[in-house]
Amino acid sequence: MRLLGRGVRCVRGGRDVFSDLDFEVAAGEALAVTGRNGSGKTSLLRLIAGLLTPADGSIALEGGETELTLAEQAHYLGHRDALKPALSVLENLAFWRDFLGGEISDAGVDVPPSLAQSLAQNLAQNLAQNLAQSLARSLASVGLDHATDLPAAFLSAGQRRRLSIARLVAVRRPVWLLDEPTTALDTAGQSLFSTLMHSHLATGGIIIAATHGPLGVEARELRIGGAAIRNDPAVPRLS
Amino acid sequence: MTPLSALIKRDIKIALRVGGGAMIGVLFFLTVVVLMPFAVGPDLALLARLGPAILWLGALLASLLTLDRLFMADHEDGSLDLVVMSRTPLELACAAKALAHWLAAGLPLIIAAPVLGLLLNLDMAATSAVALTLLVGTPALTFTGMIGAALAVTLHRGGLLLAVLVLPLSIPVLIFGVAASQAAISEPSTFGAPFSILCALSLASFVIGPFAAAASLRQGLD
Repeated sequence: MRLLGRGVRCVRGGRDVFSDLDFEVAAGEALAVTGRNGSGKTSLLRLIAGLLTPADGSIALEGGETELTLAEQAHYLGHRDALKPALSVLENLAFWRDFLGGEISDAGVDVPPSLAQSLAQNLAQNLAQNLAQSLARSLASVGLDHATDLPAAFLSAGQRRRLSIARLVAVRRPVWLLDEPTTALDTAGQSLFSTLMHSHLATGGIIIAATHGPLGVEARELRIGGAAIRNDPAVPRLS
Repeated sequence: MTPLSALIKRDIKIALRVGGGAMIGVLFFLTVVVLMPFAVGPDLALLARLGPAILWLGALLASLLTLDRLFMADHEDGSLDLVVMSRTPLELACAAKALAHWLAAGLPLIIAAPVLGLLLNLDMAATSAVALTLLVGTPALTFTGMIGAALAVTLHRGGLLLAVLVLPLSIPVLIFGVAASQAAISEPSTFGAPFSILCALSLASFVIGPFAAAASLRQGLD
């Protein structure tokens, strides 16, 4: 599996943010996207996530599932946490697990109705337990398992970040697109997150992260926006 | 749980919690209807004649009240990005969100309508006619209103823009909703024809609304 970008050009608000950008990330590799503020790091991630369309060039995932688009195989961890303040920590995570994870596949086996009922009850209980356990594990992996019933409104910035990182663990996606993922995380949180990224890479995942500081995993660097922003003579200056 | 039922469940849960806005619509509906007799005066015959129209107007305005948050809230906290990226088609996700909004904000209006009918001196037949037409008509308001809610996200303007965009679209629903309810009160006009057109409007909005809203949301992503 390999994520390929060829000649990608991004235009925002009528201005070229970057153009002719080539990159390539193979399975198990991390790519750190660096550059000044406004150089287009977030734009690049949103292009890959399919939330923006490139003005030129192409971005494709080779060797992924053929029936799914790149966006459908990617996790996007943006500046905004996608958490609902009215819902508890567990409810927030359970929603994203259910919504992103898709249906739970069940085997189509024929059994008599009475047996099926008791089986279904057992299965539902087991399933609920398993699901609850997997959610609890996801929360534990980001160090939030003590606050499952707390409404998300009361979380600190770092805890909110941890909760949105738990989403990456709860639902498996091969490509992780991370926009300054370690913002607001304390040192313990950063080391937890670096462990998660290591295990994601070890299972053949791809990470593309926009970052200013060290990412916490070994990563190749893609520097964008070398040239300074030119003053456009067509735009009248305020004097 | 399927992605769509998860989405519906979450939206209803948020709407029913503190600050969610499901009850705001009913309270607003109540206020509008209670104010009417004060404005019109204590003429019972006149109130009974105006009753269906007042209930329909109140329900229309109340259903618009919380509609602008339909996509805006998801847009502001970044959830909308993830919904767009997900494996669920955006059209279906839009339809699920509209359905959840109708269940949380539209259905209470219909339940409240018979009670408010008492305040307007409506008899049993008229009240049930209004409730029935609201039951059939308010989904059309939600599903066409959803287009406006999606445009409000695209244009980064909430609130009043939505009302300006959506109210003209809701005129046919209002006309046939009130016509059908009036027909149940006054003898010569028939109930069937306007009621069928109201049903047709709702069915058409189920098809057009989600597609238009999804197209608008895709355009407006940035």
